Amino acid sequence: MSVAARPQLSHLRALESEAIHVMREVAAEFERPVLLFSGGKDSIVLLRLAEKAFRPAPFPFPLMHVDTGHNFPEVIEYRDRRVAELGERLIVANVQDSIDSGRAVEETGPRASRNRLQTVTLLDAIAEHGFDAAFGGARRDEERARAKERIMSFRDDFGQWDPKNQRPELWNLYNGRIHKGEHARVFPLSNWTELDVWEYIDQECLEVPHIYFAHERKVFERDGMLYAWREGTELIEGEEIFEETVRYRTVGDMSCTGGVRSHAATLEEVVLEIAATRITERGETRADDRVSEAAMEDRKKAGYF
Amino acid sequence: MTLDLLRFTTAGSVDDGKSTLIGRLLYDSKQVFEDQLEHVAQASERRGGEGALDLALLTDGLRAEREQGITIDVAYRYFATARRRFIIADCPGHRQYTRNMVTGASTADVSVVLIDARRGVLEQSRRHAFISALLGIPEMVVAINKMDLVDYSQERFEELVEEFEGFAHRLNGVKQISYIPMSALDGDNVVERSQRMPWYDGLVLLEHLEQVEVAYDHPNEKPARFPVQWVIRPSGAAGGEDYRGYAGQLASGGLRRGDEVAVLPGGARTRIAAIDTYDGELEEAMAPMSFALRLEDELDISRGELICHPDEAPSVGRALEADVCWMTDEPLRTGSRYLLKQTSRNATTVIDAIEDLVNVHTLERAPAPQELTLNDIGRVHLRTSVPLVFDPYASNRRTGSFILIDEASNRTVGAGMIAAAA
Repeated sequence: MSVAARPQLSHLRALESEAIHVMREVAAEFERPVLLFSGGKDSIVLLRLAEKAFRPAPFPFPLMHVDTGHNFPEVIEYRDRRVAELGERLIVANVQDSIDSGRAVEETGPRASRNRLQTVTLLDAIAEHGFDAAFGGARRDEERARAKERIMSFRDDFGQWDPKNQRPELWNLYNGRIHKGEHARVFPLSNWTELDVWEYIDQECLEVPHIYFAHERKVFERDGMLYAWREGTELIEGEEIFEETVRYRTVGDMSCTGGVRSHAATLEEVVLEIAATRITERGETRADDRVSEAAMEDRKKAGYF
Repeated sequence: MTLDLLRFTTAGSVDDGKSTLIGRLLYDSKQVFEDQLEHVAQASERRGGEGALDLALLTDGLRAEREQGITIDVAYRYFATARRRFIIADCPGHRQYTRNMVTGASTADVSVVLIDARRGVLEQSRRHAFISALLGIPEMVVAINKMDLVDYSQERFEELVEEFEGFAHRLNGVKQISYIPMSALDGDNVVERSQRMPWYDGLVLLEHLEQVEVAYDHPNEKPARFPVQWVIRPSGAAGGEDYRGYAGQLASGGLRRGDEVAVLPGGARTRIAAIDTYDGELEEAMAPMSFALRLEDELDISRGELICHPDEAPSVGRALEADVCWMTDEPLRTGSRYLLKQTSRNATTVIDAIEDLVNVHTLERAPAPQELTLNDIGRVHLRTSVPLVFDPYASNRRTGSFILIDEASNRTVGAGMIAAAA
């Protein structure tokens, strides 16, 4: 057969098609799905995939953001604008509410972070709204424990993940059966890499929050990472605030997400930078994964994203 | 950058160098990041390595795996070259081996079977080759590893090729087998051509994986199969009140606007009015694209029905023969009831008979076993509560496969490959 007869379905189109298939399976087989939208690049891609899967109809699920109260203001502004453009419903679950009601206890000291507390708020919100499936933007290339996670991943009635006892996942046949109180986490981007995500954002001309591009910012250095300084940040002795040109590779809570020195100011430059990088995104920017060799695995077992 | 996507599977245990081989592919193709390397270097040191990086540690992700030095579950790895994007399904060899190999093989286009050059074609290599063939992977690469331990001997290589060929003629469905002598530990013939085996003039592993043509390259050679997943019906004014799109992922073949189609199992006929995507209408679509069809006639079609060309229709029936791989402790017995999921269709099924049990070492089938236990593969006869629309697995992996689910625990307990209507 001649070369011309080969289909021109790029790897991005193949990944896109797989993700759309996953989303429609969930819509069809679960009663009350929800899509977790943080305003970060991965969940921005999820929203575009949902448009591709369900338009011209509205999404058959609401969006939800677990807000630590320490998010970048630019990202929150972007989140609300994007939701309004789509005309979809957004639920905001606040970590502050969990703290106020005594469900979660705030950490103290200069290294305090609300990262762990998000799990409480997330699981409470899932229970409160009766969600039985939650789409997340996690990818298997991000982290070693995630490399073992299923596309449709079962959570017991405590929200826990049991990595040694996962359902086998064969062909493209997903077993979405659960009992009441249990739920599934669904990761349509499982097989995407960070570079795929950026190439897709570029291909689809998706807007992303400005903090993904190089900008001047007041930062301080801690544990080899550059953190954004904001009013109220407690510094440790020896730390200084200085201006630096940075961009963010991941967008999470300000208290545990570091920026990288970069001059990549356009999508094209970001794609080139990611294609050439020698450090993983979590290794470079996330303090939460540096706690131990299995930090992510431990948080995931407890019900984290 | 337009790359295609190749999925391949490996299987093996700690001893035969599988993790080292994958580590080598990632490392030599520069897909290992500095912080990952640092982790591996630290872990190698803690485990008393002699200064050399233990590349196997790159692939072991869970705490229990690193503690026990074993691989528990299928792990997925990603890398790209200038020619292709790759997904590796990396299957452990010794715990839940059959279950994991079947899972990894179910989505693979190519299977890489490892052989230890010193030890010859062992049980595990045979089992992996058999499962790869049973799961319909058309391309097999036999990686004859640890050539450094047999002095890079051409004679030994040829001996092993002959031994494998003697067994491989019993593997149905494999279109091509390629043999590559290598040493993953030193990187010979994995990404870089070995200077120590000048007698080998074939492709090195990565070149082979970049160039191999797989069934995925020719989806139009198969008949069109479009299982309906979801019906898009906007309520109210949005998008037009009359809009009704049948959404799904094309499992095989191609469809064009204007084609006459049949909707199974009912058999109603109509024509394709439009092929819709978010990015606009298409004249033509091919597998594995996801899209929505609008049809000329108003038919009441729901999830689980299948759209195809009327002259190339699949089988419709409630009685099947299938090979089942059993994946749980509680055995499969005659008379047992399960939920069955095939394409986008759900049914209840009853096992009428267990015809045979495959010995994965000799490939012989022992007739009439009492039951199938964990990791067994056997031929069963089953009946379903509603008709299924299917092809034999050997001709279509998407419409010929199903999973079995336990009604009480909701666990996935079996993987099935349809042989024929019963």
